[in-house]
Amino acid sequence: MPTFSDSILTALGLIASADADLLEIVALSLRVSLSAVFLATLIGLPLGAALAVFRFPGRGALVVLVNALMGLPPVVVGLVVYLTFSASGPLGVLGFLYTPAAMIVAQTVLVTPIIAALSRSTLSDLLGEYDETLRVLGATRLDVIATLLWDARFSLATALLAGLGRALAEVGAVMLVGGNIDHVTRVMTTAIALETSRGALPLALGLGMVLLLITLVLNAVVLGLRGRLEAHAHA
Amino acid sequence: MPDYDASQVIPFQPPRSPEMPGLRVQGLHVTRRNVALLNGVDFEMSPTGITALLGPNGAGKSLLLRVIAGLIAPDQGRVQIPRAMRERIGLVLQRPVLLRRSVRANLRHALALARVPRRDRSRRVAGLLALGHLDGLADRPARRMSGGEQQRLAIIRALAANPLLLMLDEPTAHLDPQATHAIETLVAQISSEGTKVILVTHDIGQVQRLADEVAFLHQGRCHERAEKTAFLRTPESAAARAYLNGKLLL
Repeated sequence: MPTFSDSILTALGLIASADADLLEIVALSLRVSLSAVFLATLIGLPLGAALAVFRFPGRGALVVLVNALMGLPPVVVGLVVYLTFSASGPLGVLGFLYTPAAMIVAQTVLVTPIIAALSRSTLSDLLGEYDETLRVLGATRLDVIATLLWDARFSLATALLAGLGRALAEVGAVMLVGGNIDHVTRVMTTAIALETSRGALPLALGLGMVLLLITLVLNAVVLGLRGRLEAHAHA
Repeated sequence: MPDYDASQVIPFQPPRSPEMPGLRVQGLHVTRRNVALLNGVDFEMSPTGITALLGPNGAGKSLLLRVIAGLIAPDQGRVQIPRAMRERIGLVLQRPVLLRRSVRANLRHALALARVPRRDRSRRVAGLLALGHLDGLADRPARRMSGGEQQRLAIIRALAANPLLLMLDEPTAHLDPQATHAIETLVAQISSEGTKVILVTHDIGQVQRLADEVAFLHQGRCHERAEKTAFLRTPESAAARAYLNGKLLL
């Protein structure tokens, strides 16, 4: 059993040598999670904006539901997606099970409520500030949504980052629908779980360090860009 | 670099409307939480020039502007506005909300909402900037300007749709004399070019300098409407006399 420091040194060696297995797992993780966040953004942002701007019966209940769905247990999502894409499931014909596509779908389901709920909250606050002014200027509801999305773009970046963080860190759903198949559906989190259970701590630690590094770099880049662009765009 | 040809600048061009009928509010009532905020406001304004709405805090002046603008529906009563004017109303709130964008982008946004064709927007922006003397600040973040500059931007932004009626809610509150002078010059120019202006103010000097007529509101009712000089010299209502004499109105 290697000591903790031995594991860290070995992990650093794997990263420094750009280990092929490590890079493959990292690349698949990024592909799956970025795709899921992209799809969740396409669904979640308009949903959040609509909940912020439109008034309709049942809106309050829908807001509560979307907020509650932020806490969806990944294994439950994984199970539902698994049943949906299993051979006897309604979408079994697509053959998505144990492929990255199923993992993207599962993560999209998990991330969409996060982006929708956080964007609704952000846009509602901004609407409180802008509403009268935009109405006086003759804005339609769609104009209002477009204006809010643009003016809140820097704050919305935080919602997307939260979604990406959730996707990258998620293990239960992708394990169920992806199967953690080597060179096919193995991503960082599932690989960490597997390697730890096998006692291969250096690879698990290396993956963990890469995961932390990616999250750190993505946050730094987005927040750095946000600060720079925000300072240029408005007070 | 400006994104327009300076020789092609489109100045502010409010559409002059011949023989526009007057603007009338009839029996307006607005009640919130059992408090009558407007309690039967009833008066008529001339279709041109500047009408000052005077009255103590809480008289219902700002609320009346919102009702006229259609932002708030009255519980009773109606606002009679000529059809052409109804579709072209500008309102500048007491604390104008500028978008988190540059001065130019704020104006372009307002022009887009006014459905001004894209090809005309740069020239219209240039015309509005010139009118507000904000040419040198076009690329400045709007919210980083001084209070007076922000107020001028809010006013010229309200002109994007070439309004026939422009309502200003205390546009010079908290501004220094220079900024106030700049705003008053701008308002006078807008009025002289054909736009009807309703101006909420507490500044009697401003009423003397700018207004043509005065409507005095107190406790949600219009107590008096008169030509400016007549109102300031010989107000008819006891409430207006007390207000002009600086007495506390409750």
